[in-house]
Amino acid sequence: MDKTQNNKAWFLVLPVLVLVAFSAVIPLMTVVNYAFNDTFGNNDFFWAGLDWFEDMITSDRLHEALGRQILFSAIILAIEVPLGIFIALNMPKSGFWSSFCLILMALPLLIPFNVVGTIWQIFGRVDIGLLGHTLAALGIDYNYTNDALDAWLTVIVMDVWHWTSLVALLCYAGLQSIPQAYYQAAKIDQATRWSVFRYIELPKMKGVLLIAVLLRFMDSFMIYTEPFVVTGGGPGNSTTFLSIDLVKMAVGQFDLGPAAAFSLMYFLVILLVSWVFYTVMTNLDRQETQ
Amino acid sequence: MSEITLSKLAHSYSAHPTGEADYALKELDHVWQDGGAYALLGASGCGKTTLLNIISGLVRPSQGRVLFGDRDVTDAPTTARNIAQVFQFPVVYDTMTVADNLSFPLRNRGMDPAYIASRVQRIARMIGMEPNLRQKARGLTADAKQKISLGRGMVREDVNAILFDEPLTVIDPHMKWELRTQLKDLHRQFGHTMIYVTHDQTEALTFADKVVVMYDGRVVQMGTPDQLFETPAHTFVGYFIGSPGMNLFEARIDRTSADLQGSTIALGAAYGPIEGRAQIGIRPEYVLLGDEGLPVTVKRVEDVGRHRIVRAVLAGQPMNAILPEGTALPADPRVTFAPGKINVYADDWRVPPLLETTA
Repeated sequence: MDKTQNNKAWFLVLPVLVLVAFSAVIPLMTVVNYAFNDTFGNNDFFWAGLDWFEDMITSDRLHEALGRQILFSAIILAIEVPLGIFIALNMPKSGFWSSFCLILMALPLLIPFNVVGTIWQIFGRVDIGLLGHTLAALGIDYNYTNDALDAWLTVIVMDVWHWTSLVALLCYAGLQSIPQAYYQAAKIDQATRWSVFRYIELPKMKGVLLIAVLLRFMDSFMIYTEPFVVTGGGPGNSTTFLSIDLVKMAVGQFDLGPAAAFSLMYFLVILLVSWVFYTVMTNLDRQETQ
Repeated sequence: MSEITLSKLAHSYSAHPTGEADYALKELDHVWQDGGAYALLGASGCGKTTLLNIISGLVRPSQGRVLFGDRDVTDAPTTARNIAQVFQFPVVYDTMTVADNLSFPLRNRGMDPAYIASRVQRIARMIGMEPNLRQKARGLTADAKQKISLGRGMVREDVNAILFDEPLTVIDPHMKWELRTQLKDLHRQFGHTMIYVTHDQTEALTFADKVVVMYDGRVVQMGTPDQLFETPAHTFVGYFIGSPGMNLFEARIDRTSADLQGSTIALGAAYGPIEGRAQIGIRPEYVLLGDEGLPVTVKRVEDVGRHRIVRAVLAGQPMNAILPEGTALPADPRVTFAPGKINVYADDWRVPPLLETTA
C-alpha cells in the first residue's frame, strides 16, 4: 500500500518565512540595491555597477579599519580563550561555590552592550572614574581619550571583562562532562597535571572550544556598541573598527552606495572566515578518527 | 608485591554516620594474600566498588587501616600505592595512539625507552592489538578501547595489585571469555595479586581461586567456588550463586531432622538448638524427583537446554528442582533430598552441624 503523501505541514513554516523575509531578506536586498546604484535622492537610482566595490576595495580607510579589526580579534582570542580555560579549570566542580561562581560569571553576559560601554567609559575617566582616577593618583599617565594605546587597552580589557565568561562557562560545561574515572585512571598512571590537561581535559573540551572560538571571533569581528560608547572610534581613527567605520560612512556621511558595498563585503568576509574555520576544524577531527 | 591487609575497615559516604545503615561498607577484617586471584562478587550497590576504591586509594576509609605488607598506606595517595586499576567503562587517552596509551604509565615513571618498547609489544600481542599500535585511540570500538584499558592496567610489572572493576561489562560475549582466559594466563605467568569485581557469578567462578561474596556492605563468605556451592555461609550466597539459587524452607530443627509443616526430613547430621529464624537450604541440583518422599505440586517446567527446571511447591513453600535430561517427570511427583547436601540456617547465617564443630 502506498503511503499517503501529505506535505501540507510546509504551510506551518510560512509565518516564519514571511517574518524572515521582512526582517532579513528584504532589508538585505535593499542593501544590495544600494550597493549597485547611486542616488541623489527622490528615489532616482543610477546603475553604478561594481564601482562602489572597486572604490571600497582600494580604499586606504577600509584597509586600515580592517587591519585594526584583525588585530583586535586576534588579541581578544589570544587572551579570552586561554583565560577562559584557566578559569574553568579552577572553578569549584560542585557545591555552593560552584553555583556562586556560575552566577558571578554569567553576570557580565547579562549586561546590555551599551551599558557595558557606559560602565567602562565612566570607570576609565581620569576626573571621576574609579580606574582612571586611581591610575592618575598612582602617577600613571593614563587617558583613553588622548592616547591611542590607552584607548586600545581600555577597549580590550572591557571586552575581556565582558566576554571571557562565555568561554569559561562553555569550557566548564565541557569539563563537567568528563567522567571521574578518567581522573582516577590518570592518578593511577601517575600522570602530571599538565598531562591530565593535555590528554584528558583538552580533548574533551575541544568541541565546546571550537564553538567558543567561533562565537568570539564573529562577535569581536563585528564589535560596535562598546568601543563606540567608550571611545567613539578615537582618538583619531585609532579604535575605529569595521562596524564603526561603516556607521560613520552610512549614517555620518550618508554615503549609502559605498557603505552598502562595504556591508556586503563585510558580511561575506565573516561568513567566509567562519566557514573556513569550521571546515578546517571538523576535517581535522575526521582525520584523527580515521 | 605484597600482602594487602584491611584492618577494622569501614566506610560511610555521609560525614556523620548515625547507624549501621549509613555505612556503605560495614566493619571488616580481611587479608588478600600476595599473588592471589580474587573475585569480589555481589549485587549492584553492595559496596564492591567502594572496597576496591579504598584499596586503590581513590577513597579514604572513614575508619580502619589499609596495609600493604607492613606498610600502612591508609593515608597514602593513589600515586604512592603502585596499584593498577581497570574501570568498568573504557578509559583511554583519545588523542594518543594505542602504543602511547599502553606506554603512558611507564613513561610517567621514567622507565627506559627500550624496556617500554618491548613491554608495549608484549602487552599489545596479549590483547591482540599489535596491528593497531600506530592508530589513534579515539576511532576504536568500545571493545578495543576496553582492551587498551586492560593492557594499560597490566603493562607495569611491579604493581602491588591489579584491580578490575567489572572490566568486561562492555565487551562482546565471545571476547569476554577470551580476555578472561588471558587474564588468568597472565596471573599464572606474573603472579600479581588480582582483585576482580563483578556481579556475574560465571565470571567470578571461572576467574578466581577465591571468591569473596559481599552482601549489603558486608563480606558474607570467602571461599573456593566449590565451598560457595556446597556450603553457602549465608542465605544470600545460596541464592546468588547457582542458577536457580538454593531452595530455602522455613523449618523447625530437631537435632537430626527438620520439621517442614508436619513432614519430616532427615538432615544427615546432628544440630544443636537453633536460635532465631530457622531455615534449611538445598540446591535444586540435589532435589531428587521420584516416586518416594514428600509430595509436591508442580507449577511449571522450564526447558533450558541441557536440563529442565521444575518449579514446584513443597509444604506450601516454593521449590525448584533440576531434572536431568532424559528423565521423565513422574505422574505423582515426590521429592527426596540428597543426603548430606542440606544446610541449616539461623537468621540467614549457616549453622555448622555438631560433628563439624567438634572436628
